[in-house]
Amino acid sequence: MLSNYIPILLLTAIAFTLAIILMTLSRVLGPYRPNKIKLQPYESGMDPVGAARERYSISYYLVAMEFIVFDLEVIFLYPWAVRFLDLSFTAFVSMIIFITILFLGLIYTLKKGTLDFSKQQTSN
Amino acid sequence: MTLSYIVLGVSTFMLLNSAALAVYAERRVAAFIQNRYGPNRVGPLGLLQPIADVLKLILKEDVTPQEGFKFIHTIAPVIPVTTALMTVAVIPFGDGLVVTEINASILYLLAIASLGVYGVTLAGWSSNSKYSLLGGLRASAQMISYELPLGMAVASCVLFAGSLNITDVAASQEVWWNVIRNPIGAVIFIIAAFAESNRTPFDLVEAEQELVGGFHTEYSSMKFGMFFLAEYMHVVINSMLITTFFFGSYHLPFAGLWLPELTTTQKMILDVSVFVGKTGFFMFLFIWVRWTIGRFKFDQVMNLGWAKLLPLSIANFLIIAIVLYVLNMMNV
Amino acid sequence: MEIYAFIVLSVLAIGSALGMILNKNTVNSALFLVLHLISLAGIYLLLKAQFLAIVQIIVYAGAIMVLFLFVIMLLNVADEPSLFDRFRVGYFLAFLLGVAVLGQIVYSVAGVAGILPQISPEMERIGTVEAVGDVLFTEYLMPFEMTAILLTAAVVGALMVAQFKSGKVSRA
Repeated sequence: MLSNYIPILLLTAIAFTLAIILMTLSRVLGPYRPNKIKLQPYESGMDPVGAARERYSISYYLVAMEFIVFDLEVIFLYPWAVRFLDLSFTAFVSMIIFITILFLGLIYTLKKGTLDFSKQQTSN
Repeated sequence: MTLSYIVLGVSTFMLLNSAALAVYAERRVAAFIQNRYGPNRVGPLGLLQPIADVLKLILKEDVTPQEGFKFIHTIAPVIPVTTALMTVAVIPFGDGLVVTEINASILYLLAIASLGVYGVTLAGWSSNSKYSLLGGLRASAQMISYELPLGMAVASCVLFAGSLNITDVAASQEVWWNVIRNPIGAVIFIIAAFAESNRTPFDLVEAEQELVGGFHTEYSSMKFGMFFLAEYMHVVINSMLITTFFFGSYHLPFAGLWLPELTTTQKMILDVSVFVGKTGFFMFLFIWVRWTIGRFKFDQVMNLGWAKLLPLSIANFLIIAIVLYVLNMMNV
Repeated sequence: MEIYAFIVLSVLAIGSALGMILNKNTVNSALFLVLHLISLAGIYLLLKAQFLAIVQIIVYAGAIMVLFLFVIMLLNVADEPSLFDRFRVGYFLAFLLGVAVLGQIVYSVAGVAGILPQISPEMERIGTVEAVGDVLFTEYLMPFEMTAILLTAAVVGALMVAQFKSGKVSRA
């Protein structure tokens, strides 16, 4: 049972070894002559303007937040999807209610225009 | 037990090779579509081109931007390669030909897929470049958004199989492929798979016209090579997943109805070749689409994911569940 | 074999937890937390709770930590001053309190069993997705429905906190 996870560990180890070998090879075989200009971030050949890590639109955070909620919904679906034929009618209906409630949440979000990135771009 | 390690070795080897082959195929097919030659000098028909590419990448200088975070910059390209290789552990290539049999392998697949976001996000952030940051940000928002319809489409396959084991999902398609029983789910899954692997029409992550190289603008040498390798590994993996979940896995169409009894060896050879053939077709589809369709705008991508695919996938799931439940009631 | 897996995983979990607290860079801290969550998932797996283990990775490592990373990365949080740079009496008291709680936990757990509990055949079944489904949709149906309302409230709440008015948010 637990030994079934050994191949997965092995694959992870293979991936890491492969990555380390390839990256070390390029470090050893490739040239390494850094200078200040070369190490600057690329900005179409100009000197970089300002810091790269600016504040960004709040919509990105909202996408991540909404994702958590609906990810949980998907997770709850799986135990039901495996057993739904053996469960009672109550369980069947309750899942439909569950999905409907969350669906209302989704409709609310969409109506609010939270995830509509086009509106924000034109307003600016 | 020994079989599983043989499968592990062969599948890892094949995955790496098919990623290299996909790079070659991409350039040849692109050339064919655009009516030019493509790489045809290195080796017969240019088949050794990927090896030349890797050699060239290794011999290039590895530049890490100053003020970037060196450590994160270095580990970021390892993550997508690792997630691609870890996915292969549960995919059945034939009857019983699977690296490891774990109970909830579909959930395992989703878990690994959800970790894939980190590679792109960290790469974009640690580079200290505006292009990279925007690319990484778009990529992570896009990947998490399309994980939801993907998960829903897979859940609708679980309804038919009644099991979270991917080998059972494969076995349940012996007569009816899921694409016939669940066509909307198949379309949603294919679209989401394109988005998850950041391929055209969802490649605005790297959109060279506006973001230079997107999240890998500041990557060079083999670190860039790792991202490149990972992209094609994910093309291969996603082709395998489309095949497994919706196109009958290792079964020929309606195989349960007409296929005669075969010996174990014959069955094994048939299974693997059918699976490889289907995977090859979907790899071709990935390339074909890339050189045919244009790129979406970011607001279109988000709109498609949240306002179209997610409600559609939820509705599709519910309808299938209700139909199956009613059918089951009538039988009893 | 299980005992070695347990030792490796718990050392990894404790190590990454310490790394998360002591690291000055916030993004590194977040990555240590991801590592910690993954090693915790491994420990759940040792206890045959496979559904819990996978949900731990999907929800915590794959969704919540992504949000954390978004916030840290894009609000440009400066490096946190190290815990040991300045000494305060409050830190010492907090440390004592922590030791007291740890002692209590060790005292209450130590009497019960060895490091790993014996796993009976019934326990092997309890952690599977099927078993969770059986219980969740019969005995715990009411809390399950409540979850839906809670999640919807979370969606609405997030939008309210963000004060999202369509068309009026300027893009940075």
